[in-house]
Amino acid sequence: MANNHKWGMVIDIDKCTGCQACVVACQSENNIPINTEDLVLQRRAFQWIRIERYWEGTYPDIKARFMPILCQHCENAPCEPVCPVYATYHNNEGLNVQVYNRCIGTRYCANNCPYQVRFFNYWEPEWPEELKSQLNPDVTVRSRGIMEKCTFCVQKIRRAQVEVEQRDGEAIDDEQLRTRNLNPACVQACPSDVLVFGDFNDPNSRVAELSHDERHYKLFEHLGTDPNVIYLKKIDLEAEDEDHH
Amino acid sequence: MQEATKLGDKKINDDLLANIFGSERRYWLVCGFLAMGVGAFALAAGYMIVTGLGVTGLNRPVFWGFFITNFVFWVGISHAGVMLSAILRLTKAEWRRPATRAAEIVTVFSLFTALMMPVIHTGRPWRIIYWFLPYDFQRMIWPNIRSALVWDPTAINTYLTCSILFVFVALIPDLAVIRDRSTGIRRLIYSGLSLGWRGTSQQWKLQMMAGVLLSALILPIFVSVHSIVSFDFSMAISVKGWHTTIFAPYFVIGAVHSGVSAVVTVLILLRFLFRWEDYIKPDHLDALGKLLAVVGTAWFFFFALEFLYGIYGAEPDEIALRTTQLFSMPWGAMFIAFLITGYFFPVPMWLFRSVRRSMFWMTITTISVNIGMWLERFLIIVPGLMRKQDLSFVWNVYSPSIVEITIVLGTFCLVLLGVLLFAKAFPLIPLYDIKEGEVLQGEVTVGRAKVPAAFHEE
Repeated sequence: MANNHKWGMVIDIDKCTGCQACVVACQSENNIPINTEDLVLQRRAFQWIRIERYWEGTYPDIKARFMPILCQHCENAPCEPVCPVYATYHNNEGLNVQVYNRCIGTRYCANNCPYQVRFFNYWEPEWPEELKSQLNPDVTVRSRGIMEKCTFCVQKIRRAQVEVEQRDGEAIDDEQLRTRNLNPACVQACPSDVLVFGDFNDPNSRVAELSHDERHYKLFEHLGTDPNVIYLKKIDLEAEDEDHH
Repeated sequence: MQEATKLGDKKINDDLLANIFGSERRYWLVCGFLAMGVGAFALAAGYMIVTGLGVTGLNRPVFWGFFITNFVFWVGISHAGVMLSAILRLTKAEWRRPATRAAEIVTVFSLFTALMMPVIHTGRPWRIIYWFLPYDFQRMIWPNIRSALVWDPTAINTYLTCSILFVFVALIPDLAVIRDRSTGIRRLIYSGLSLGWRGTSQQWKLQMMAGVLLSALILPIFVSVHSIVSFDFSMAISVKGWHTTIFAPYFVIGAVHSGVSAVVTVLILLRFLFRWEDYIKPDHLDALGKLLAVVGTAWFFFFALEFLYGIYGAEPDEIALRTTQLFSMPWGAMFIAFLITGYFFPVPMWLFRSVRRSMFWMTITTISVNIGMWLERFLIIVPGLMRKQDLSFVWNVYSPSIVEITIVLGTFCLVLLGVLLFAKAFPLIPLYDIKEGEVLQGEVTVGRAKVPAAFHEE
């Protein structure tokens, strides 16, 4: 790889309104099976990105807290060493990738993921006839019996490398990602600019800048997973002493 | 010590080979019943593989449930084999004689069954070959040796190979006896299997040495197999109830607890089925009962330590897990049932000599232990996943589906049927070992008379 990338995301909790646009965008970009009522009741729904909603305080003085959670693409990912067939591994661009063809479905990776962002195809996924032509040709349609998870829309990253770096001979920066629609689907869909995607190795990128924000923290930092997703803490003027995650 | 009558070689041969040359009706009835259970198992497993794991009660985040519990349980049962054959052989415990082969056979069949569990439990069992064998040479992709799931089959396959060798070496002289008593095609088969055994002193010497050597070689496996099975859990940094260093010894001693109990249950069943009252005596159960009381208490010590270490740090996620285990239904009820059936009922019972010598009470207590030990594994595996981390938004519950329950019950039939069918072709009590025992037999004084003892004690 000519350019040394380290893809990552910064999530500003303070801006999140819990609108779920990212969830829907992800669903349609990545050929994620339809979350039917049945699937949700079985607690097997697929949400590569989800908004966790927590209530703080007691009625009537109550606040809703939203937390978008997706694969953290840990540098030291607990899911990777436990896979007996190397179906999940770390690539040299900071991505935790899942190789569907290798996966045999032991589900050990999902057990060992502290963020619970891995999803198992318990059933053969099915789409209504009219939705079949909506499937994204750039993304594998998974079969039953394998794990799947957020890829940081790796198909878009690859397209960026082909179109921007190889064809046009330019560097991939924030501007290129935005103008050529190459950001992950959730980032594009977010109306309040909560999610910022970019290259940590590019000193001019927004993610590199935001990662030094005084509000930054990583989810479950004590586990030593070293995620490539950085959160910015909620600003709460009324909170007396809010404890860290 | 109980008195016994000298049986003589001929009676021993006749009694112990009776089932091979003609089975009683009760044998076939029990086999038929078990075969129905195995049929249900096969149907359920086939249905699950064809339809997908959706038919189980598994969800997110409880990705492992009944099958992995059952896997750990059967690997645990298999520890009886080494415990009874290798360790008791090396320590020259005379009372082991009638129990050894049954224990080894239980080992072999429970290991087969245990191996089956993770295989049918994968999403794509037809690709399982990628798990066990190196593949894709061109791209240099090998099974991931960092994964506890690669250590697992390695350890279990080693154990299985050793156990089969162990059983076979011990069987050779008995196979020769069957060969000498049979005709036709059967004679041909047993001739092949007995490897030209003539019973010369040289052959006996080699057979003895092989037995002792295999016993010594199998000892490390005794410690390693269940330690490695426990690594499946203790290596998982993300699951609170799993990630603890005490798991290896805790699992090993728990395995012996459930394994030896299972062998007692099986021995009593065999005694009933094949009328082996002359061979499996209250004295043997007495000795096994004493062993069990010690092993059970050692296991309980580790259990208490594990629990204490868990709550000592008082971390919120650990407390959430323990609260679920203890105080939420149905887990709390299961926890109490586990404590009673696994320890507080059977072990105090074994302190009474009359219980240890009673077939009825030993059956009840040993089955109770295995109910408890099954629940123990279940209570480690499932609540740990239900309360994996602080993200309480995705906490979830698990309840098994009918398919899972059928498969789990079916495995019990499978192991028992395996043992019984084995008994149709091979003697489950080693003939020569009993004969040797008779030669070594001590004497006990009953009133003024001196009579042979049930087994020799130094």
